[in-house]
Amino acid sequence: MSKVNVLLLMAVVACALGVITSQHQARKRFIELEGEQESARKLEEEWTQLQLEQSTWGTHKRVEAVASRQLGMRQPDASNTIILRVEAK
Amino acid sequence: MKRHHATPRFEKRTPELRLKLEGWRSRLVFFLAAAGFALLAGRAFYLQGVNTSFLQAKGEQRYGRVMELPASRGAVKDRNGQPLAISTPVESIFVTPDEAEVDEAQLRALAKALAVPVDELRQKFDRKDRQFVFLKRQISPDQAAKVMALRIPGVFQQREYRRYYPAGEVMAHVVGFTGIEDNGQEGIELAAQSRLAGTPGSRKVIKDRRGRIVEDVDEVHPPRDGAEVTLALDQRLQFLAHKELKAAVEQYRAKAGSMVILDARNGEVLALVNLPDYNPNNRARVTGAQTRNRSVTDLFEPGSTMKPFTVAAALDDGLVRPDTPIDTGNGQIRIGGWTINDSHPMGTVTVAQVISKSSNIGAAKIQLQMPAERMGVVYRELGFGATPATGFPGEAKGLLRPWTQWKPVEQATMAYGHGLSVSLLQLARAYTVFTNEGRVLPLSLFKVDAVSGGKPLFTPGTVREVVRAMEATVLPTGTAPQARVPGYRVAGKTGTAYKAENGSYENRKYVSSFVGFAPVSDPRFIVAVMLDEPQGSKHYGGDVAGPVFSSVMGSALRLMSVPPDGEPVINAGTPEANEPRRAEAGARKATT
Repeated sequence: MSKVNVLLLMAVVACALGVITSQHQARKRFIELEGEQESARKLEEEWTQLQLEQSTWGTHKRVEAVASRQLGMRQPDASNTIILRVEAK
Repeated sequence: MKRHHATPRFEKRTPELRLKLEGWRSRLVFFLAAAGFALLAGRAFYLQGVNTSFLQAKGEQRYGRVMELPASRGAVKDRNGQPLAISTPVESIFVTPDEAEVDEAQLRALAKALAVPVDELRQKFDRKDRQFVFLKRQISPDQAAKVMALRIPGVFQQREYRRYYPAGEVMAHVVGFTGIEDNGQEGIELAAQSRLAGTPGSRKVIKDRRGRIVEDVDEVHPPRDGAEVTLALDQRLQFLAHKELKAAVEQYRAKAGSMVILDARNGEVLALVNLPDYNPNNRARVTGAQTRNRSVTDLFEPGSTMKPFTVAAALDDGLVRPDTPIDTGNGQIRIGGWTINDSHPMGTVTVAQVISKSSNIGAAKIQLQMPAERMGVVYRELGFGATPATGFPGEAKGLLRPWTQWKPVEQATMAYGHGLSVSLLQLARAYTVFTNEGRVLPLSLFKVDAVSGGKPLFTPGTVREVVRAMEATVLPTGTAPQARVPGYRVAGKTGTAYKAENGSYENRKYVSSFVGFAPVSDPRFIVAVMLDEPQGSKHYGGDVAGPVFSSVMGSALRLMSVPPDGEPVINAGTPEANEPRRAEAGARKATT
């Protein structure tokens, strides 16, 4: 009888320690998860800012100004456009 | 009391028992100890059993925090996915003055980090009666990090979203803008507010002493970000339209200008430009005149751009044929006490030339051959007098009196676009009748999958005849040769209307317009241009709005790789010698 008691006591202690460890692990993981979610948010913010930056650099106004002033380009008109027709078949 | 005799063995080993203490003393100690335990057990039961919820709530109050999870507003994009409005996170810095402790050096450092005057900050810190004072709103996260690094007690940051408009003034009127609370106030931002707005979420958590989140206490309510809205608008066409319209408004020193580009096949709004404009990213000194979405909200008398509808109705009813001659006399005719003028005497013209040469008298005479009800129904079916139902805020209905109340002269003047008023968007929409075999298409700001045209208003044959006459408008003998687009067949109509002010028509104030479409063989775009009060010697629709139409239409067709369908065909009645196009507008003057 007393042997059983000792065994049970040991089992209970082991379980208790197990609970403590797993709780600790859970909290650690949770903090990690939080950290990852935070960095995901940061990346998302950066993405919107990059989108913004890209569209600001790529504004038609700017592209046209660069093309015509710095690169000396111009819109082709009808006289220097050749139309190639693709046959239906 | 004989116990000590019964246990002599213990007495020998434990001399204390030889003291022969009274038995009640041990019982008293036992009782006191038992009572003490009972008290503790009772207390434990009270805390754990009876009072738990209260205590747990108190505990959570100390370690638990409810965190607001902000939701971002959805982006607005053009048909090719280019962002037109996009939200990025910013921080607002605020102070709770009664918690704040700040010395002079810190205040100076803070002022420098925030880029605000020290005195202004000091005043805000001194407002001890207030719980919450913003020090600066909507600064970049980087700048906010520098401010928070000063670690001034009582100074906090709050996450907000700020709206940016990469296309700036080019898209200003269509996209609109939001207020500081992130609610739409104009344009699409207002029209699609419920779709764009997100719902903030919340979560209740326990934080450890280092401020890290340890556990979720309650269910997490995740934030719902706003949905993305994709418009039918094409940023390239919009930019093109803006550039050309701006050049024209400056050249003619016009008070205002508007342009609408529609997809002729399905009624999608591809571009919508108004001038004067504003920069939606910096609205510090923006006036109402700048923010008005004129092509949608403002009305004008359309002038001669209305003539094709009268001619189409008369052709449809079999009252006239394109080559039916009409006597316009010496350029003046009196109807019911009013005089209708042509800009110059045209003599006898054909019905087709009423359009290409723009004769007011001709149009009025054709109009009066039809009962008022017929034209009333035509105008209604074309969408005049009702909002175009695109969902834009503040859409104008236009002024169109019910046909039952028309006087003959009123009906006559409507033929050349006076006595009724429309918005440019309505006018452009009405022209879909000529690009869809007589059907008027509904307009859409968003991409259209299936075209849903109603029943035809005119027969396809009628539409062909009218379009042929409209093609002649851009011939050298028409009113707008400048609206030609090399390589493409173009059809259109000029309009020059005198502005009505204080009940009479001003002689020197005009609205010049041009509405047209191309390529005629398979129409792709409808472009409507309107300039308000162009100054200088030129003011006719063909001279002022025609070149804008030509350059925008030509670039748009090339941009979208629309195959050219050749030079305009020469038709529409008897070609006349290169007579100077002088005018199409006629004043309506009271002779009471």
